[in-house]
Amino acid sequence: MEAVGQATAFTAPARARRRPRLTSEAISWLQVGPLAFILIVFFALPTVLFLVVSFFDYDRTGIYPAFMLDNYREVLTTPATLRIYVSSLKFAFIVWAITLLLGFSIAHFLVFHVRSAAVRTVLFLLCAIPFWTSGIIRTIAWIPFLGRNGAFNQALIDLHLIDQPLEFLLFSPFAVCVTYVHLFTLLMIGPIANSLAKIDPALLEAARDAGASRWRTMVDVVIPLSKTGIALGSILVFTQVMGDFFVVKQMSGGQSASIVSALATEIQAMQYPPAAASAMLLVLFVAIMVAGMMRVVDVRKELVR
Amino acid sequence: MIGGGARSRDPREKRPWTFYALATLMGVFLLFLYGPMFVIYLLSFQGPNGGVTFPMVGVSTVWFEDILKPGQMANIPVAFGRSILLAAIVSTITVLVSVAAGLGFRRRFRGSGILFYLAVASLVMPSLLVGFGIGLGFQLFGWKADLFSSALAAQLTWTLPFGLFAMFAVFNRFNRAYEEAATDLGANAWQRLRWVTLPILLPGILGVAMGAFTLSYDEYARTTLVAGNRNTLPLEIYALISSSTSPTLFAIGTLTTTVSFLVIGATLAFVFRLQRRRALARHG
Repeated sequence: MEAVGQATAFTAPARARRRPRLTSEAISWLQVGPLAFILIVFFALPTVLFLVVSFFDYDRTGIYPAFMLDNYREVLTTPATLRIYVSSLKFAFIVWAITLLLGFSIAHFLVFHVRSAAVRTVLFLLCAIPFWTSGIIRTIAWIPFLGRNGAFNQALIDLHLIDQPLEFLLFSPFAVCVTYVHLFTLLMIGPIANSLAKIDPALLEAARDAGASRWRTMVDVVIPLSKTGIALGSILVFTQVMGDFFVVKQMSGGQSASIVSALATEIQAMQYPPAAASAMLLVLFVAIMVAGMMRVVDVRKELVR
Repeated sequence: MIGGGARSRDPREKRPWTFYALATLMGVFLLFLYGPMFVIYLLSFQGPNGGVTFPMVGVSTVWFEDILKPGQMANIPVAFGRSILLAAIVSTITVLVSVAAGLGFRRRFRGSGILFYLAVASLVMPSLLVGFGIGLGFQLFGWKADLFSSALAAQLTWTLPFGLFAMFAVFNRFNRAYEEAATDLGANAWQRLRWVTLPILLPGILGVAMGAFTLSYDEYARTTLVAGNRNTLPLEIYALISSSTSPTLFAIGTLTTTVSFLVIGATLAFVFRLQRRRALARHG
């Protein structure tokens, strides 16, 4: 089915030459058609579906069409909901701050300090390659590293910096943050580097010739011109942390749950309506945050030119 | 990858102190990025009497042999095959659909805004919820969830927006003068696409293919609720984490990462060769 849709998309412009009646708008629609089809059928409709199911009634044997707000009332009045949202937001904020600082510094280094294009490409690839490998493996890779007898504790003991292994390293909020930063910093580096690379070097020279210090140039020229990248990176990191299913479960040692892992427990218990209600709550929450960040910059104008 | 912002700078200019500070940060970051991964590669060669942490008790490949032995790990080789096949399908569809869509987005059309935000939403949607929605839909219609239907669809909702945005970046750097020249020389739209546009875009398209392949190959959260009864490799690994306490898990990690590295390496080598050949052709 995909292949057929594709063939039309590719030959459409050719036909347009022979039959000029096919407008350029129609050609565009043929070209984006397969994408629109897949996103509507497998993303938009399922989302509408769990919106509908979130109002359904349920018992131990099945779910029943209804329109009731009980599922939402339950989700919103359970103290556990507030607790995991607060804990997830705390993680999201800490990780956002660290990845932003780290990602911006590294992007700045790559774009403005590295002079050879080849070195820049190699360094950027070194940052990007782990992102294309398994997130699960990268998460569990921290276990032998941070553990009580792990490589990090061993190294500190060998250096006589400590005499007892540090206990807070693994299965703790610390481990969760470290893993998030490890997994998601590239999501900051990429968009920010892309924004920085678009800055005309003449602007920086002009700022310097006008007597601006490096700091002033940074604050008044570089940061404002890279805010699209900053916003995009922030959206990616924030949504990844809020939607995390695996890291908190694996690295917090059972001290905290994530919003999604709590939800997964409900899904596994086949309690679809309340799970759908918590899912809607999370979707709304993420959507509002993302919409807020998108107001800062016109991401679309920046990406599609 | 990234266009140089500093091209016009004099190469003999003295480095500011921030260069050294940031270079150090870069080095520390790379250590942070690769250090833990190297620890598990090392530990996967742990001796037969060793455990999941240091010290190494000899060096062996018993944990790798463990994977192929019948028993607890029996599903790993089969799941690996499935993952590769699924990733190849996802990658092919992603390339075809996102290249076409990238071409379409070069003109404004009615609904382009809605489609763009639909792609953004699909990208930022908490992964597990995508699987949840598709799973509910399949249940509603009484279809059985399967790796090559529901799981494939769930993965596409993640690789397609990624492919689309990558194509935006590719088209941003594309010089339309080449297309105009082709038209002026009498090429029809199909010839222009086949002999001018696509060859110029080829390195970017290969990047999308590789990205989609590796994203699918390692995908967990979108797939887990809709994979049916045949698991992919990440699902098998996830199931092993809670039950296995031997370095076999690390051996599997080493192997699957090696496969990722091979795919990435082959693609990059191909792209670099392509670019070098072009540079040579340009300079005579």
